[in-house]
Amino acid sequence: MKLTLKIWREGGQYKKGQFQTYQLDNVSEHMSFLEMLDVLNEDLIAKKEEPVYFEHDCREGICGTCSMVINGHPHGPNGGTTVCQLHMRFFKDGDTITIEPFRAKAFPIIKDLVVDRSSFDRIIQAGGYISVNTGQAQDGNAIPIEKEIASRSMDAAACIGCGACVAACPNASAMLFVSAKVSHLTTLPQGKVEGARRVHNMVKQMDEEGFGFCSNIGACEAECPKEISVETIGMMNSEYLSSIFSSNGKD
Amino acid sequence: MSVQLESKTPTAGTLAEKWTKYRSTMNLVAPNNKRRIDVIVVGTGLAGASAAASLGELGYNVKCFTFHDSPRRAHSIAAQGGINAAKNYQNDGDSVYRLFYDTIKGGDYRSRESNVHRLAEVSRNIIDQAVAQGVPFAREYGGLLANRSFGGVQVSRTFYARGQTGQQLLLGAYQSLSRQISLGNVQMYNRHEMLDLVIVEGKARGIIARNLLDGSIERFSAHAVVIATGGYGNVFYLSTNAMNCNTSAAWRTVRRGALMANPCFTQIHPTCIPVSGEYQSKLTLMSESLRNDGRVWVPKNQEDAAAIRQGNKTANDIAEEDRDYFLERRYPAFGNLVPRDVASRAAKSACDEGLGVAPTGLAVYLDFAAAIERYGKSKAHSMGEEHADKATITKLGEEVVEEKYGNLFEMYEKITGDNPYKTPMMIYPAVHYTMGGIWVDYNLETNIPGLFAIGECNFSDHGANRLGASALMQGLADGYFVLPYTIGEFLSGEIRTPQIDPNLPEFDQAEKDVRNRIDQLINNDGNQSVESFHRRLGKIMWEYCGMSRNAEGLKSARQMIVELRKEFYKDVFVPGSNEDYNPELEKALRVADFFELGEVMILDALNRQESCGGHFREEYQTSEGEALRDDENFAYVAAWEYKGWDDEPVLHKEELVFENVELKTRSYK
Repeated sequence: MKLTLKIWREGGQYKKGQFQTYQLDNVSEHMSFLEMLDVLNEDLIAKKEEPVYFEHDCREGICGTCSMVINGHPHGPNGGTTVCQLHMRFFKDGDTITIEPFRAKAFPIIKDLVVDRSSFDRIIQAGGYISVNTGQAQDGNAIPIEKEIASRSMDAAACIGCGACVAACPNASAMLFVSAKVSHLTTLPQGKVEGARRVHNMVKQMDEEGFGFCSNIGACEAECPKEISVETIGMMNSEYLSSIFSSNGKD
Repeated sequence: MSVQLESKTPTAGTLAEKWTKYRSTMNLVAPNNKRRIDVIVVGTGLAGASAAASLGELGYNVKCFTFHDSPRRAHSIAAQGGINAAKNYQNDGDSVYRLFYDTIKGGDYRSRESNVHRLAEVSRNIIDQAVAQGVPFAREYGGLLANRSFGGVQVSRTFYARGQTGQQLLLGAYQSLSRQISLGNVQMYNRHEMLDLVIVEGKARGIIARNLLDGSIERFSAHAVVIATGGYGNVFYLSTNAMNCNTSAAWRTVRRGALMANPCFTQIHPTCIPVSGEYQSKLTLMSESLRNDGRVWVPKNQEDAAAIRQGNKTANDIAEEDRDYFLERRYPAFGNLVPRDVASRAAKSACDEGLGVAPTGLAVYLDFAAAIERYGKSKAHSMGEEHADKATITKLGEEVVEEKYGNLFEMYEKITGDNPYKTPMMIYPAVHYTMGGIWVDYNLETNIPGLFAIGECNFSDHGANRLGASALMQGLADGYFVLPYTIGEFLSGEIRTPQIDPNLPEFDQAEKDVRNRIDQLINNDGNQSVESFHRRLGKIMWEYCGMSRNAEGLKSARQMIVELRKEFYKDVFVPGSNEDYNPELEKALRVADFFELGEVMILDALNRQESCGGHFREEYQTSEGEALRDDENFAYVAAWEYKGWDDEPVLHKEELVFENVELKTRSYK
């Protein structure tokens, strides 16, 4: 199929950023979206031009590296899919496709479609863990955990930290990312112990990083490639409220 | 540097006592001294993140490096099926000894007994540690941990978190690492790629790294260096590895004198989604756990296979009696759960006989119809619906299968557009893991004092073939429970060594070398892309050093690689600047190292005149086409010393001593 690509270029010769238009003639429907961009880049390199920079790694939807907005949707128009898992058979011959980076104040653009998401790391460093040193653990079966509880924790733990929730949100809020980690850990008995402190410190860091506030729009859930539920936000809010009244929430 | 290969296996105690005794008597570094000692950890996958976190907890000053934008992106994240541990929670006869034995046998008797036994011992602690960190493992209704089976074993010892076990274990390690970063015990350097090792007076004392954001070349010094940089499967271009997986950090240590052990031992995983076109950038694995329930088959006759390839028939048109469930037929004792090397070769020979499905002829079926029916009946029975009709049974069965493998089925459908609940999956073997790696002793220390290698980048535990769900086990064993102790053996001798000065002449020289390599590539006035060279290298490696190898092919492949390398340096074109974000330059440096590694892999495959595990030499097979090992002449670790382009690499041998297991022909029949 033939495609017209309108791609955001920024940095290097495109200083402040602008859309550039490219034509591709030989796109197979079996290609992944990123393989289609590989073909474009090989063309550009053959012409001794700089390729379009985008981040990617595992190409199987789990590392959370790939990050771009396709026709207005983070990770493209298909639900529950990362860009790397999006295949060209979902597009039609003659389509024009617009490709932009994830945009948010807390995700500064590095080059073209590549953004800096280290703010997510700092939120985890603020409290997204269970404080246990190597060697301190008791037997894995010492605390039985209801199958349903483990499963609910796993639903939230499936977050890949890609930042699509932020890119989807008109306020560029990171609530879904933060609440997914809070829910993953606090749902489990092991994570309850420091639950109040965790939520307090993570939310504080989230605010410091310049993410926006949550106004319950729900775009984050709709665009999340792992379909993390906004119920986790409800859970985090109630954890946060109770942390205000808890002695271990303040430090 | 003179090379000495001493395994340093403790002499005290029986096999089962060695680690405990050694650990109780080894030299320690006191807490007040730990604070004065710097350790560099390169890589943040399971091994690197767990090591950096544990060393930070112990009080060392850790500097940790990843070329990713975040430590959480390391490719351990993609491991699907599970992690082994000798917990015997299922009461099915598992034990530390059995896990040890299965691993030695699965590795076709080419690994070190003492290392493997230690691995089996600490496997139990890993599960405990992960549960305490909040890893949401699958559980039974009673609230206890669930298990499933993996290939090459007859017990159920694999722990899992849906099809995302690697992700969850890595997040556990990443979170522990994040905690140490927040406490100031670990300094984290994201987007930094190690490009050289610095040796001062014979000891590893630092690295040269490139800041990938602005291209600046930076020096980092420490009392010891740990590399945890994963495997080299991407030398084949197409593999299940992530796109950025590479050998460069490890290979640069080889360039500085570390030894590359058993590089020809590469694992071809039997269940991957087949190649669909020339533009293909990577291959996707379908977890081995699927072989718990999926049955592998091809049509019995070539006409049916041809009709399927041409699109005139589908799998569902082939009657039961016209199907060859070739793993069940050839290996009745283990059936579909034979080890990976065995399953891969069987699939290849079926396709070689013209029985392959898919338009390329390079695919076999993995069929869940029987499992869906079996689970459906059992579910109907438990619901009291003894006389449920076929549609109900299928629906119930599909629900059970979805609960077990839902995300894998979904991934398959996304990539291929086919629904695996209705038609069997098509699969074909693909490069997945590398058992070979940097040579290390019992302390996981290389032949360069102060340089340690952990996880997939070392050679230590899997012999010639790794068992499923053992990579996660080894990465975390090394990082949480082995290295934090054994590094003390070296560091206890360094407590009087002041901080290493990064302005020493050795750092100057290493930095100069790095700059020269970069300048050469970026200034090259060529016409071909890095990607095109990588693709060509991969094709040579897959064709001649892939699932089966022979002397003639290997010899010609070596020549081809040398020629291709020369062409690369003459005609490669790297766009952009070296003082900027430039992934093409990163790739060029990595592909340059793959040429050198590829050549040594081929040499190793030529040298090993036997078939064992993932290394199948066509000249050495039984009349039934099974691997023919030669214990008399090849029960050794082949550790290669690289001498540059113009000199032959030198082979050093570590003889493997088997005092606890008898070397037998590996049979899964």
